[in-house]
Amino acid sequence: MSATPNQEVRYLNPPTVDTSRKKYCRFKKNGIKYIDYKDANFLMKFVNEQGKLLPRRLTGTSLKYQRKVGQSIKRARHIALMPFVGDLLK
Amino acid sequence: MVFYLCPPVFKKRKRMPNHYETVFIMTPVLSEEQMMETVAKFKKILSANPGTEIVHEDNWGLRKLAYPIQKKNTGFYYLIEFKAAGELIGRLETEYKRDERIMRFLTVALDKHAIAYNEKKRKNAAAKKLEETTA
Repeated sequence: MSATPNQEVRYLNPPTVDTSRKKYCRFKKNGIKYIDYKDANFLMKFVNEQGKLLPRRLTGTSLKYQRKVGQSIKRARHIALMPFVGDLLK
Repeated sequence: MVFYLCPPVFKKRKRMPNHYETVFIMTPVLSEEQMMETVAKFKKILSANPGTEIVHEDNWGLRKLAYPIQKKNTGFYYLIEFKAAGELIGRLETEYKRDERIMRFLTVALDKHAIAYNEKKRKNAAAKKLEETTA
């Protein structure tokens, strides 16, 4: 029955929980050199639910591969594998 | 300023046939035969040019489109991978535009990574098929 002296712990800074995870480029990490425009399911990871391209700051993709992702998504849209606009895609 | 003692010699590059991949969508109103006829027509256009080599072709069949094109919700997809001189592409694309059966087309030049990727994909597909037939 030892009473804890300071039950109310106060932090000077907000506690860092799960914020320290570093983003990484999945293409560099997995050694993917070519992004296929025919693989619509994979490209769906790089768009939001409206079908817009997600920014690099959210996906962590490096600039080199972000350009390729953009290119592939635009090609996929042209041949109607992905929608230009959508609602609740995910 | 750069001064050349002798005029610079540029190496004359040997013209290599480029590697391309083309996907086209045909209208769903066609019958299976008419569809294959259209495909045969475009393959003929490709092979009419000397030095053209069809590497791979793939019939995706009738697929649902992500958005309607010409008020149609489905289309026959067909993919051809080929090696050809660059001048062919312009002619191929005008033929696509003239043909009413083609709703959409896309021709892409492949770099070395893309070629490697396609080859690997084909190999995997072949291995899978073999496994299925033996199992």
